[in-house]
Amino acid sequence: MSVRPNTRPAGHKPPFWRDRAKRALIFQLLLVAAVAAFLLYIVGNVQDNLSARGITTGFGFLSNTAGFGIVQSLIDYSSQSTYGRTFLVGLLNTLLVGGLGVLAATIIGFIVGIARLSPNWLLARLANAYIETFRNIPLLLQIFFWYYAVLRTLPSARDSLAFGEVIFLNVRGLYLPEPLFESGFGLIPATFILAIIASIALVIWNKRRHEATGKRLPAYWISFALIFGLPLLVLVATGVPITWDIPELRGFNFRGGITIIPEFLALWLALSIYTASFIAEIVRSGIQAISHGQTEAAQALSLPRNLVLRLVVIPQALRVIIPPLTSQYLNLIKNSSLATAIGYPDLVSVFAGTTLNQTGQAIEVIAMTMAVYLTISLLVSMFMNWFNARVALVER
Amino acid sequence: MIHNQTIIKERPAPSSAVGPVAWLRTNLFNGPVNTLFTLIGLYILYLLVVPTVQWAFINADWVGSTRDDCSREGACWVFINARFTQFIYGLYPRSEIWRANIVFAGFFTLIAWLAIPRLPFKRWVAVFALVGFPVIAYVLLHGGYFDLPRVSTHRWGGLMLTLLLATVGMVGALPIGIVLALGRRSNMPIVKSFCVVFIEFWRGVPLITVLFMASVMLPLFLPSEMSVDRLVRALIGLTLFQSAYMAEVIRGGLQAIPKGQEEAAAALGMTYWKRMGLIVLPQALKMMIPGIVNTFISLFKDTTLVMIIGLFDLLGIVQAALSDSRWLGFSLEGYVFAAFMFWVFCFSMSRYSQYLERKLHTGHKR
Repeated sequence: MSVRPNTRPAGHKPPFWRDRAKRALIFQLLLVAAVAAFLLYIVGNVQDNLSARGITTGFGFLSNTAGFGIVQSLIDYSSQSTYGRTFLVGLLNTLLVGGLGVLAATIIGFIVGIARLSPNWLLARLANAYIETFRNIPLLLQIFFWYYAVLRTLPSARDSLAFGEVIFLNVRGLYLPEPLFESGFGLIPATFILAIIASIALVIWNKRRHEATGKRLPAYWISFALIFGLPLLVLVATGVPITWDIPELRGFNFRGGITIIPEFLALWLALSIYTASFIAEIVRSGIQAISHGQTEAAQALSLPRNLVLRLVVIPQALRVIIPPLTSQYLNLIKNSSLATAIGYPDLVSVFAGTTLNQTGQAIEVIAMTMAVYLTISLLVSMFMNWFNARVALVER
Repeated sequence: MIHNQTIIKERPAPSSAVGPVAWLRTNLFNGPVNTLFTLIGLYILYLLVVPTVQWAFINADWVGSTRDDCSREGACWVFINARFTQFIYGLYPRSEIWRANIVFAGFFTLIAWLAIPRLPFKRWVAVFALVGFPVIAYVLLHGGYFDLPRVSTHRWGGLMLTLLLATVGMVGALPIGIVLALGRRSNMPIVKSFCVVFIEFWRGVPLITVLFMASVMLPLFLPSEMSVDRLVRALIGLTLFQSAYMAEVIRGGLQAIPKGQEEAAAALGMTYWKRMGLIVLPQALKMMIPGIVNTFISLFKDTTLVMIIGLFDLLGIVQAALSDSRWLGFSLEGYVFAAFMFWVFCFSMSRYSQYLERKLHTGHKR
């Protein structure tokens, strides 16, 4: 075998396409140029199309009068309000159903996920059936089911289903009594906040004392009693300054109380039940991911069973559970946009739906809608990164 | 030495340790709390199963052609029967349904061939499924060639459209996803940031806004003389949306391959594309299959959203049939049917992905 002599004279540089750094630079410049050309092409087309249709761009339309009513709004809204106000109403409605959905889905999901691991065969099977049923049926179908097949077939207001003569359910929605706070009620939230502060102080003090002396009080039970007992005591002491506005049938409909529209109920039920089936799986796999040696080691230290769970298994399982859990929360909030299919006035429905149709400002409206969801996603993933960095296992 | 001592004969284990009674004791009635749970569970089961069976089977009407044939208080499956063709093929002309049937048959044969591990020629079948079959399917479904009458896409619908949207979305998303995933792991800062922005954008917005964007904004982006079919617009939206999720699955698979593999390939003098195409991706793709199946399941469920922009997929056509004045009041039957169809598809796919996960659970776990 002959060894090829190095024929390259000293000082001679290889051609630029053999130099990795230069090649990367050229490739990236080409990419930037291609993307810029594509964007310019699109912008040009958009300008042509918009001028052909006589649509002016810009966000000026937000201060125009909307002229349509919204069936549920958390802030003052009438058909005389502006499109900007419409946007806010939709955003708040999205956050409302998202927040309540997250709460319900977490509760159902944790119960089902833990039941799935129960030593009780029947309970585990039932939990499994729940998961496999609701996970494999499209969410939109479930929303339609609750809305059209269940809530829309309820009796009319006259024959409402009554629960203890204070809660009524009919085709128009769910009617709940509304608490009216009288003067002097302000004391109760104040006590509540004070009790929370006192409990936090108690827990910290108890922990320090435990570490210093080995003695501990049942701090969690004491704070539980403080937080819930104290406000209750004040409530009774001040003579229960609450009256209830109970819904009443007048004519064809109920008056008074809080009305929950069926669109909200259907969306909330479907979102919670659907997402809960995913959360249950996450909880199950999170708990199973903790190796059995951890439990055994804790038992060998003769920790009681509840402490094994609380101090050993759950803190480690949470590290596995929380990242996918937050992405499920995100999914739930994004999925709440399906509201538009049944007419719940969320952001997509009132803004990307009605407002877009009335104004024709497709680009601005869709961009604003997407920006809202993107912001929520980014905030959640920032939290996720922070959380991951905080709880990450420090290995090696 | 044992001489005269008789060895005690083996006896069966006591019934408290084996057999149905023992099973009941350990699994259902072990302690008061568990017994309580079992009783509650049995009660829930009773509440759910008895009325369902009565409604769906015992008191149901099965045969007939109009709503007058539904006289009993249970489910009226006559409705499903009468509309079945529509639910499967949408508004596809009755005389041309054989074309759709050929496509269905080919589709399921190919899927089965690729899914069953024992069958040979996987590579050639996969190439045919990705290259040849889509062309054949398009010619058959759309027509306009070889004397086949044209069937415009607004007549496509039902289960056929659902499968079409999901499959095309998936097959289109795979190459884009691979490119995005490789780009996200690239050392080139501009390429990497483009990919990150692209992926995070699509993952951060709900599919419904993507579909709105595809149906409302896409016509604005294109020259005014170019008009895009509504189905194609939905497909573009679905594909872009799906490609971002696919990219994350592929990135997960790439991360699972030890860096030594790529370094060894580089030491052999392989170029970037050879390293990726011959060493890293083949190993990574194998591990990604369960994840890909899972994203396919969610895409399959998400295709129902196209009904909001006016396409009649399985759910869309069921929903449309429910507002038919001759068949009012059968929404429960319609939804149960649609749910059952979706459930069968999704459940079998998720079982398949679990099977694969168990099968592939060898190798890289060290």
